[in-house]
Amino acid sequence: MTRRVAITGIGTISALGLNRDIFWNALATGTTGISPLTTHDLKFKNAAQAITFDPFQTLDPKEASYLDRFAQMGLVAAVEAIKDANITFTPELREQTAIVTGSSLGGKYAEDEGYYQLYSQKHSRFNPMSIPKAMMNSLTSRISLQYGITGPAWTVSTACSSSNHAIGQAFEQVRNGQVELAIAGGADAPFTPGVLRAWEALRVVSPTTCRPFTKDRDGLILGEGAAILVLEPLESARARGAKIYCELAGFGMSSDAHHITQPSATGAARAMRLALGNAGLDPTNIGYINAHGTGTLANDSTESAAIQAVFGTYAQHLAISSTKSMHGHALGAAGALEAAATSLALHHKLLPPTINFTGPGDGCDLDYIPNVARPDQVDAALSNSFAFGGLNAVLVFRSLSF
Amino acid sequence: MPSTTAERVIAVIAKTQHIPAETVTLESTFEELKIDSLDGINVVFAVEEEFNIEIPDDSAKLIRTVQDVVEGVDKLLALKTTPA
Repeated sequence: MTRRVAITGIGTISALGLNRDIFWNALATGTTGISPLTTHDLKFKNAAQAITFDPFQTLDPKEASYLDRFAQMGLVAAVEAIKDANITFTPELREQTAIVTGSSLGGKYAEDEGYYQLYSQKHSRFNPMSIPKAMMNSLTSRISLQYGITGPAWTVSTACSSSNHAIGQAFEQVRNGQVELAIAGGADAPFTPGVLRAWEALRVVSPTTCRPFTKDRDGLILGEGAAILVLEPLESARARGAKIYCELAGFGMSSDAHHITQPSATGAARAMRLALGNAGLDPTNIGYINAHGTGTLANDSTESAAIQAVFGTYAQHLAISSTKSMHGHALGAAGALEAAATSLALHHKLLPPTINFTGPGDGCDLDYIPNVARPDQVDAALSNSFAFGGLNAVLVFRSLSF
Repeated sequence: MPSTTAERVIAVIAKTQHIPAETVTLESTFEELKIDSLDGINVVFAVEEEFNIEIPDDSAKLIRTVQDVVEGVDKLLALKTTPA
């Protein structure tokens, strides 16, 4: 069985704001979510922080206190997405719903605090919620508990590709008829002292801001957040009169077998080709690419080369942007936030820009939608995620009017 | 500021369970307060932190009511102040 798959619900928490509408409005107006870090003495000074996020405003206080920050964000995003999709869970549907979430880090706040107490304060008593809060699957499990969902449910961790892998696997579950509904996305919250220091040591974080594909780009900007999508068969979404953002049409993944941190154009290109093939689309059907576009020297020229390898001369006709210039690099939530951005772009017929664009960098000679969003009705779009460790995951989105 | 053991235990339970302190009495059972096994471990941890005591696993397992906690804490505090 192969079915078409619709995206009918979106929920987001990010530095751009605490719901989907604010998220989209910021992307559409080229507004940054990057702001100064206040609490840490680091070589980098800025991050894409969801400063006003307060889980106790919307979640049950005890449940919220049992979740680490990434899962709190993920659960709030899931509630928004499920409400947006207007799902009524019947006992049958609960059994036929999958939950797949991605996270690169899991619950680092609980771990960081525990190890601080243990190593620095010589305090031997650990908080008993440390393990349940640190578990990467705590978000998937909490969504399952909240809605009584009893279908296939798991968590994927592939660094910065985590949520693209999660959404791709959830998509396959729906497309192949294994489930009738899927809740998919990802969450990460990296702003603990330990995680910030670990990123500082890698020398890939920008001391200024995120300027993907530009000549003076100097690194990525870390972000936090979560995004959750609701996926269901296109036919059933139409039958119940659901609002449909777009179709999720294909998924491709590959492994570079090249280097633990350096990207590879070959591996990235293979994932894009496989995704296109999986969607049954030709390269010329694609009008927009939401790039991985981290703003590091290595990624952006490599990704541009990979796009040229896949699309050939047609690459010059593609509109490409990195929304990380606005919501930062939210690691395991990146793919999900960008899937949300791409779905909303197709839905609103407006392509979000790459902000902070000061002029193309070496090897970056494509159209990166500099600084200002562009009204355009494209037939189909890609969203790229390329992880440390060389694990690539690409999603294909298709406009309903195509 | 809560001062007696009972007041402090009740305050800790109310805080960790995110429930109003008025709903917690000495006679309340953990079951009535909807404190399940994981919540119970969390409450025991918070009580240990509050009084700087170690509640042994065997005693923790026997706790059924708020009164049980208060009596256990008082016993451990007495042991602390009168070294053998």
